[in-house]
Amino acid sequence: MSALLQLQNIHKAYDGLRVLDDVSLSLAPGEIVSLLGPSGCGKSTLLRIAAGLDQDFSGALEFNPLLQFGRGTGIGVVFQEPRLMPWLNVAQNVSFADGWIADEKWVQQLLRDVGLSGHADALPKKLSGGQAQRAAIARGLYGKPHVLLLDEPFSAVDAFTRMKLQDLLSELAERYEIAVLLVTHDLDEAFYLSDRVLILGGTPSRLQRELAVPLARPRDRRSAELAYLRGEALTELYQSHAI
Amino acid sequence: MSALNLRLSRWAERLPSLRPSLANLRGWAVPLALLLGLETLVRSGILPAHQMPAPTQVAQTLFHLAVSGELLRHINASLLRVAGGFLIGAGLAIVIGTWVGLSRRAEAYLEPTFQALRAIPSLAWVPLLLLWLGIDETPKVVLIALGAFFPVYLALLAGIRNIDRKLVEVGQLYQLSRFALVRRILLPAALPNLFTGLRGALSLSWMFLVAAELIAATRGLGYLLSDGRETSRPDLVIAAILLLAVLGKLSDSLLKYWETRALSWRDSYQGGEN
Ligand SMILES: Nc1ncnc2c1ncn2[C@@H]1O[C@H](COP(=O)(O)OP(=O)(O)O)[C@@H](O)[C@H]1O
Ligand SMILES: [Mg+2]
Repeated sequence: MSALLQLQNIHKAYDGLRVLDDVSLSLAPGEIVSLLGPSGCGKSTLLRIAAGLDQDFSGALEFNPLLQFGRGTGIGVVFQEPRLMPWLNVAQNVSFADGWIADEKWVQQLLRDVGLSGHADALPKKLSGGQAQRAAIARGLYGKPHVLLLDEPFSAVDAFTRMKLQDLLSELAERYEIAVLLVTHDLDEAFYLSDRVLILGGTPSRLQRELAVPLARPRDRRSAELAYLRGEALTELYQSHAI
Repeated sequence: MSALNLRLSRWAERLPSLRPSLANLRGWAVPLALLLGLETLVRSGILPAHQMPAPTQVAQTLFHLAVSGELLRHINASLLRVAGGFLIGAGLAIVIGTWVGLSRRAEAYLEPTFQALRAIPSLAWVPLLLLWLGIDETPKVVLIALGAFFPVYLALLAGIRNIDRKLVEVGQLYQLSRFALVRRILLPAALPNLFTGLRGALSLSWMFLVAAELIAATRGLGYLLSDGRETSRPDLVIAAILLLAVLGKLSDSLLKYWETRALSWRDSYQGGEN
């Protein structure tokens, strides 16, 4: 198996209400894949299943044995909200996985990476929304994961901060050779960042379409190719009555 | 001109820092006036001295107690009882409260019993405790522990049940063991509630100490109270009341200081300037 993470024929229902219907996807090493769909279509549900936080589903979830090397599960997760522990400072939050035996050097490095070097001792209440989300990204990277799962990580920050964080994510994924599965409802974000965009829609949700984004990085947000792909996705979303 | 303005505004900036101390002084005005009034009333014979001792007489009594070493003996005995009962009651409450908070099943088994036990006013246990445990230290400490248990238990349970599920999910993500989940997420997150419970428990502990010592004791501040009544010495009673007030306030301040330090991470409204 060359994929790092594979979801096969996933079906999921909440109290008899079907949410996901036969969804399959895989994530190859170094790849950035976006899962795009309207709010309520089951994106978070799918991501929670992939993260192992929800075991109540039918279908198969397979991890590459490669993920077992190194610490933890080999998977990092960043949620929609920062979810920092308010009683721990930024550095302690980043190294939460290790508690008292934190790798201080690695924490410093990560804080530099996400632009929070001066804030190691700050409590979460002192951080802006964007800074808190940066800290959450650093925490997601602390376990040196091969796979990073992100659930609408930038939806709560302003447009300018969002663009900066998107660039940061793409840069870090490349530097640390991490495969990324990004859940989003933002067309621009999906195409700007990804190698592939999967469109989820319908009730219950199925994968409607897969669009490849064969553009070199760094990309130009204003490029005609990206605009064209966004158009394609919009058409698809209209046809599946998602919007 | 502008230099003067600047100087004036600097002055104005300093003023607010003077105000709190002024406010503190204002708080002394009423008690001092009352003491002074009382002293004059008693000295002039309007109030009978055998019922209402003059403040100076109470001070004298306290002084004598202190010099003879009696004071320290009574305070020591009371402090030990409160500390023992409070620590045992609060400790048990933390353990059981965490357990019930973690497990719906434990809650199903234990909650109804605790509800029923809580409905009994704790002082109603006194005769039973005396029958079972005699009249030495044990029943006193047990009574205080009983009083300290419920505030802590209830506050902690409410605190744990109020924790944001999203934070607990982070713990799940890092595959924390049950114990680690309690230590690293549940207890810290429930700490604000826990402190509220602890402070309530502490004040109840003092109350139950007095109850226990009034009934059967040869030492302690509660004993001073009943001794003062039996020997018709209101100055002794008032001295004991004052000591209880001071000790209660001191121990609460200690806990409050600890609370402020432990909860400095909280991002909550601290009240306005005015
Ligand atoms: N814990 C839950 N219990 C019941 N229904 C849920 C639960 N979580 C999500 N749902 C439902 O599942 C659907 C998909 O939710 P979600 O995965 O959060 O969507 P998205 O992340 O795409 O906005 C929604 O209709 C939502 O109401
Ligand atoms: Mg969602």
